[in-house]
Amino acid sequence: MPISSGSDADLTAALADAVRAAAADRRALEIRGAGTRAGQGRPVAGERLEVAGHRGVVDYDPAELVLTARAGTPLTEIEALLAANGQMLAFEPPRLGRGGTLGGAVATGLSGPRRPFTGALRDYVLGVRILDGRGQVLRFGGTVFKNVAGFDAFRLMAGAHGELGVLLDISLRVVPRPAVEAARTLDLAPEPARQRVAELMRRPLPLSGAFHDGERLHLRLSGGRAGVAATADLVGGAEADPGDWTAIRDLAHPVLSGGGGLWRIALPRTGPAGDFEALPWDQAGGVRWLRAPAPPTGAEAAAAALGGHLQRIRGAAGPAFQSLPAPLLALHRRLKAALDPEGILNPGRMYVEA
Amino acid sequence: MLDQFDPRIDPEFKPVDPEALRARLAPLLPPGGLLTSLEAMRPYESDGLPAYRSLPAMVALPETVGQVAAVLKACSELGVPVVARGAGTGLSGGALPFPGGLLLVMSKFSRILGIDPVAMTARVQPGVRNLAVSEAAAPHGLFYAPDPSSQLACSIGGNVAENAGGVHCLKYGLTVHNILAVQVVTLDGEILTLGGPAADAAGYDLMALFTGSEGLLGVVTEVLLRLQPLPETTRLILAAFDDVGRAAGAVAAIMAAGVVPAGLEMMDGPALRAAEDFARAGYPRDAAAILLCEIDGQAEDVAEEIARVSDLLRTAGATEVRVARDEDERKRFWAGRKGAFPAMGRLAPDYYCIDGTIPRKSLPFVLAEMGRLAELHGLGVANVFHAGDGNLHPLILYDANLEGDLEKAEALGGAILELCVSVGGSITGEHGVGREKINQMCVQFTEAEVNAFHALKAAFDPAGLLNPGKTIPTLARCAEYGGMHVHKGALPFAHLERF
Repeated sequence: MPISSGSDADLTAALADAVRAAAADRRALEIRGAGTRAGQGRPVAGERLEVAGHRGVVDYDPAELVLTARAGTPLTEIEALLAANGQMLAFEPPRLGRGGTLGGAVATGLSGPRRPFTGALRDYVLGVRILDGRGQVLRFGGTVFKNVAGFDAFRLMAGAHGELGVLLDISLRVVPRPAVEAARTLDLAPEPARQRVAELMRRPLPLSGAFHDGERLHLRLSGGRAGVAATADLVGGAEADPGDWTAIRDLAHPVLSGGGGLWRIALPRTGPAGDFEALPWDQAGGVRWLRAPAPPTGAEAAAAALGGHLQRIRGAAGPAFQSLPAPLLALHRRLKAALDPEGILNPGRMYVEA
Repeated sequence: MLDQFDPRIDPEFKPVDPEALRARLAPLLPPGGLLTSLEAMRPYESDGLPAYRSLPAMVALPETVGQVAAVLKACSELGVPVVARGAGTGLSGGALPFPGGLLLVMSKFSRILGIDPVAMTARVQPGVRNLAVSEAAAPHGLFYAPDPSSQLACSIGGNVAENAGGVHCLKYGLTVHNILAVQVVTLDGEILTLGGPAADAAGYDLMALFTGSEGLLGVVTEVLLRLQPLPETTRLILAAFDDVGRAAGAVAAIMAAGVVPAGLEMMDGPALRAAEDFARAGYPRDAAAILLCEIDGQAEDVAEEIARVSDLLRTAGATEVRVARDEDERKRFWAGRKGAFPAMGRLAPDYYCIDGTIPRKSLPFVLAEMGRLAELHGLGVANVFHAGDGNLHPLILYDANLEGDLEKAEALGGAILELCVSVGGSITGEHGVGREKINQMCVQFTEAEVNAFHALKAAFDPAGLLNPGKTIPTLARCAEYGGMHVHKGALPFAHLERF
């Protein structure tokens, strides 16, 4: 079912020309969609390559549970189309501003509250069409769920921040909307709440969100009528509006929003949280949120010691990403050179260039 | 035959003196850890694709990560190709030894290092059998979801290398969706951890890139697996159809209705009758096709879904809809499906299992076209497949003792895979490219894409020593194979829309 709206356009040829020309003169490019995720990643010194105009849903057949859209397509447009067909994006990418695009969501790779229950964004990417650093159009993966031909370079694009290619089209596995959703809040302190969630997760219950705002635990349930009702009784607490989860997903909840910086500290879900124990958490305890202009000295080392890592989501100070061990960093540089030999695509976005 | 490596179109390496190699490797391995005699190496000459056989220069059986690293580093310095092997159950010849190279057998890495029931993870060595993980997790009410049909024998390292699926991946995902981290050793002896216990490890998603890389990027030495809670209730529906196309239509109807079955399998008449004779599963022998649809979850929801799916099946034209009465009957229905491959022995002396994936909507067309191709090649085909995710397993029936029959089977297999690509699918859903489908890679990918794969491999293995001649074809091979397949200047299935 091809869907088109007036502003849809296929800019593949123009974008390929621009990348080829930049490669020929070794000019760095900063790939830019709607610019809603500018706080993530290090600044890139380069000429802007605007990709938001490359937009439109290319193919969507609800019975196949697959949607293919151009990278510049706004997330809201895709999600509205899916909702009209009783489907959704299981990975709930955070929407950080007006017009945020699918390409931006995939390039930055962030998943929302459902992450520990139904998987990460990269788990739902089935295929991509990209421009490599020479301006060649490459297609990896496809539109089928099971596909092990060649390396899974399409999953590699999720969270690569545009360093390995300019995303053109992305095919996603979409899922049916749950029949019923419910939400509960429980007056539990952060640590007992995290333990309670870990206990619940060991049972086959229809959990789809577990967030702690520093004062109380928020639970979301999604699934069949009977299972959701029984689980709501089991967890107790006060009934809440599942709509409240939009703010949690979009990092707009009062404890996450506001000016200044926001840092995402991923930790093993059930392990010790050390100095981060007092912070609000999402994803059943797997993600801690730190609202500060910059993380305190030693935060990066503390996260690493706990088996985790930190990342900047909003702001401009401090490290954008956890630094990598030397052999892994060297491997990253070789991989970038493999797909972008001239080093022109978002150079330095993730790590300082060699 | 593809088990012959051809230096014109496959990678070629300078021969290494076996005595020098033995002298270099023996001190790095435990006593008895280096096999060099023909008799000792014979069991390793093929994997789960027995039609392809070749012998390596020698076989190494390391016991520690340090030994793996030392052996790989030595091979890297000597320029010796290395093929890693787990349980050897792979179906695409991925563990076929490279002549003159080393076969690195990981079977001694057979320990479950720990199960953390709170974090719901299992830390295992790569030689641990797939089913053993679920058995060890069961007392905690947990299981490891990927369940390839070979789960009794296949090992986790091979599952990672192949990104193995199984009958339940429709709901629970493939291997890549069920692992958190892999420890790997690269050819230069570097030990790396990809992924980690916290979500979305820093940097590129190398864990995802590595999963399914078929032994071309590194050797797996440890895996952190994600476990899931065992569902409260599991029920299975068997539906019979008097027409294969109607069964395919029922699959589309179930998926379109928003049902997420734990498994949705289809068998055609020849397959179900052979399976019935083999396993006494209780299948209706006169059906043209059957579907097995499994629903799991909380008891009440499962009951509701079973009623809904039963209605959908009847509306789609099922001649019979049977819900397994009890756990015994459910297991028996599955036994027929899981025994479908060995059951083929009743239909023909040999069978050749194909592994293409297609969009579900193309199922009726592809089934009809496959029947036409089988007739054209003069061979029978029985169909068993993971219908819910469009993963076909046509079983081509042949007799290896008949002159030319295997070649006919290979040609038909190739044609079926190209049919899958032509409708927007893939040449392999879960068995991997290995050696078997190396030529079809040239159909699914362009020259620039094949080059990109080579460049990604070179970032891990610049000399191309890990599992050479597998998975990613040389451009010379594509030139030769592609040339063969442009018939009278026309691509196959030129009438179809291409993507």
